Amino acid sequence: MEDDLLVAENIRCAVGDRVLFDELSLSLQPGELVEIRGPNGSGKSTLLRCLVGLHEPDAGEIHRTVDSLYVGHRSGICGRLTPIENLRWLAGIAGSNADDVSIRAALGHVGLGDARHDVCDSLSAGQQRRLTLARLLVSPAPLWILDEPLTALDDDGRDLVGDLLTRHRTTGGAAVCATHQALPTVPAGTHALTLGS
Amino acid sequence: MRLFFTQFRRDLLVAVRSRSDAANPLAFFVLATVLLGLGAGAELAPGVIWVLALFANVLAVEGVFRRDDDDGTLEQLLIHAQPLFPAVMGKLAAHWALSGLPVAVLSPVAAIMLTGSTTGVGVLVLTLCIGTPALTLLGAIGSALTVATGRGGLLVAVLVLPFYVPVLIFGASASTAAMLGDPVAFQLLALAALLAASLTAAPFAVGKALAISQEY
Repeated sequence: MEDDLLVAENIRCAVGDRVLFDELSLSLQPGELVEIRGPNGSGKSTLLRCLVGLHEPDAGEIHRTVDSLYVGHRSGICGRLTPIENLRWLAGIAGSNADDVSIRAALGHVGLGDARHDVCDSLSAGQQRRLTLARLLVSPAPLWILDEPLTALDDDGRDLVGDLLTRHRTTGGAAVCATHQALPTVPAGTHALTLGS
Repeated sequence: MRLFFTQFRRDLLVAVRSRSDAANPLAFFVLATVLLGLGAGAELAPGVIWVLALFANVLAVEGVFRRDDDDGTLEQLLIHAQPLFPAVMGKLAAHWALSGLPVAVLSPVAAIMLTGSTTGVGVLVLTLCIGTPALTLLGAIGSALTVATGRGGLLVAVLVLPFYVPVLIFGASASTAAMLGDPVAFQLLALAALLAASLTAAPFAVGKALAISQEY
């Protein structure tokens, strides 16, 4: 369809002899959320890395029509920089026009307002995770690809992820989310894709 | 240009906050020069300084992508920086400004310490200013190729030192000639040609190697 943000056709990935997934197809339209489930080692992260373009699938094709935002296992946050400096750099390389006002607002929203001038090495794991959530607020990318976004977050942080996803979807965005914990608020229009079955 | 400066500024800031990473290769350069000054004669001075500059360069460049790979900022850069070329250039420019440039700046002190005279010192600095960016660019290819293995170190040295040979030959030859009062134009032009070639080719090779490093 024409307004698909992401289309994956018959993709296949293998690690050595073990096939993680084969003939896997999915497409994503504005407002949709695809939850990818499966046990450890079933290929969730590999699939997401394929979708964002970091990993070339062994077969099949992937088309992205819009900018994407990827939150992976590695935080994407430099420990020697402050939260503000990290977000400024990310906005800079992504070419988004996020200014310092919106960055400060995003940090306040995720509860890092007081820590915005501390270097990230001094933040806790949960706080660093919240900083990656601030990226979701600052980035204009319509397509979110999130790998275990709930890791290291407290209940309040989980609710925040749910709110962000809901808001993103109502404003025409879409998301692919790998998780083995249930997302806090799973509204209608969510598809689940289970790997390793 | 925006990508270049975004990355350049960020990497300078990171380097300033982790000073020992940048300082160690320089400390090596200074200490090794002192040791060779004590142990070897003055007639080899330009060549000695060039070889040490080269080792200091390998020591510095082998880790240029490691921190970024560990914390995931490298994968973010690969996803978002379109095109990658200026961002890689910004990164390497910041790296050179804190590794190659200080070596060039320190080299007159090293030369005077080894030879006791200032003859040819200007040319030595000039050759290092042209040669070390070429070394950084070539070394970054080896560093990018090995970043996924998680251990660069000697592997990077073994990979890239053969490619450093032309730069070393012309750099050391020009510096020696200048000390003896001979003409140096040919060697300087050859060095500049090597820099031009590595400037155009290396960032693409680095970008490709980095993209491969994220495939797993």
